[in-house]
Amino acid sequence: MRLVRPRPDENESAIPQEARLKELFVQGLAGDAQAYHDFLKTLAPRLRAYFRKRLIRMPNDVEDLVQEALLAVHNNRHTYLVDQPVTAWVYAIARYKMVDMMRRHAIRDSLHDSIDNDLEFPELATEDSTACRDITKLLLMLPDKQRLPIQYVKLEGLSVVEAAQRTGLSESSVKVGVHRGLKALAAKMRGNL
Amino acid sequence: MKTDDLVDMLARGMTAPEPIHPSARITAAIAWGIAGAALGMALLLGVRKDLVEAAALSMFWVKVFLPGSLAVIAFYAVRRLAIPGLSSARALSLLGLPIALVSVLGLASYASATAGERSGLLWGDTWYLCLICVPLLSVPLLVALFRVLKELAPTRPMVTGAVAGLLAGAVSAAIYALHCPELAPPFIAVWYSLGMATTALAGAFAGHYLLRW
Repeated sequence: MRLVRPRPDENESAIPQEARLKELFVQGLAGDAQAYHDFLKTLAPRLRAYFRKRLIRMPNDVEDLVQEALLAVHNNRHTYLVDQPVTAWVYAIARYKMVDMMRRHAIRDSLHDSIDNDLEFPELATEDSTACRDITKLLLMLPDKQRLPIQYVKLEGLSVVEAAQRTGLSESSVKVGVHRGLKALAAKMRGNL
Repeated sequence: MKTDDLVDMLARGMTAPEPIHPSARITAAIAWGIAGAALGMALLLGVRKDLVEAAALSMFWVKVFLPGSLAVIAFYAVRRLAIPGLSSARALSLLGLPIALVSVLGLASYASATAGERSGLLWGDTWYLCLICVPLLSVPLLVALFRVLKELAPTRPMVTGAVAGLLAGAVSAAIYALHCPELAPPFIAVWYSLGMATTALAGAFAGHYLLRW
């Protein structure tokens, strides 16, 4: 087995973090929603710290990026291989999302000069700050066959069977709608910067 | 939406994902790609008629082995590139081996030839065909590979696209070798490499635009 090599600035207790995250994630992937919830909940502040450390000049983008990375982790959870360290997998996704966002910013900023970056006062960083970009609004832009399954199953907590009855869709269409809808949401987040 | 609410939303009613088997998926794509390339070649070009006799020549096997080994290494590399957090440095550096080998073979053959033979060894009779057919026959595999990669999560889209292109080009070159009459090492070193470089370049370009997520 290859050694897990934690980056020195990630966390001093990288190995316990790995063990804890892995336990929760593997249980979550097996269908344990509570473990999966705890996994994402544990992950969020770590992602926030990771981005905050690297985006000192873009503090307003940190929470957007945390949300984008969490959604990317969720949408790509099928790509995790059980024998690889969860932290390496997660931070590779986080890093990719950060580089992707900076690239998009660079493209946008090359179109017009931005001076407001230098005028902003540093804000207090509350722990669960709301992101600038509102996912709720992006959800409303999805087509009904994706929006309604997400609304019923992921926001209101109905079962797939109940959501199918409510929407008149088949159960598999509800599942597919949730899956495709979350993928479309990730694409909308990218388009929205 | 607050981040805590997003976490609640993502976890609520979550189901175990379908397990994805990257190696199996990529292998299946290659199988489709080989079928497509073989069909394309059979329809457009045909297999060389002296294939059985040609198979007795060692250069024929070099010509098949070279893109074949590149394809195996590129398969290994693209599979690692498609999963976040796996290092692909070793796989990528291994790609240099077959390229170095064919360069040495080509140079040695070219250097030891007389001035009069050199032009024939380098250009052969069908260099343009090689440059057209290798990229053309790689298209089915390239499409199949990108379909698989879209479902995975490559964190280096351009590199991943390039290696997928190289893989498609290498498989296609190995199949084209069954038709191609040329056997001179300098010819193979230059034109086969250029053919595969073309598909790698196309793959890099496509990856840059299509493999972002």
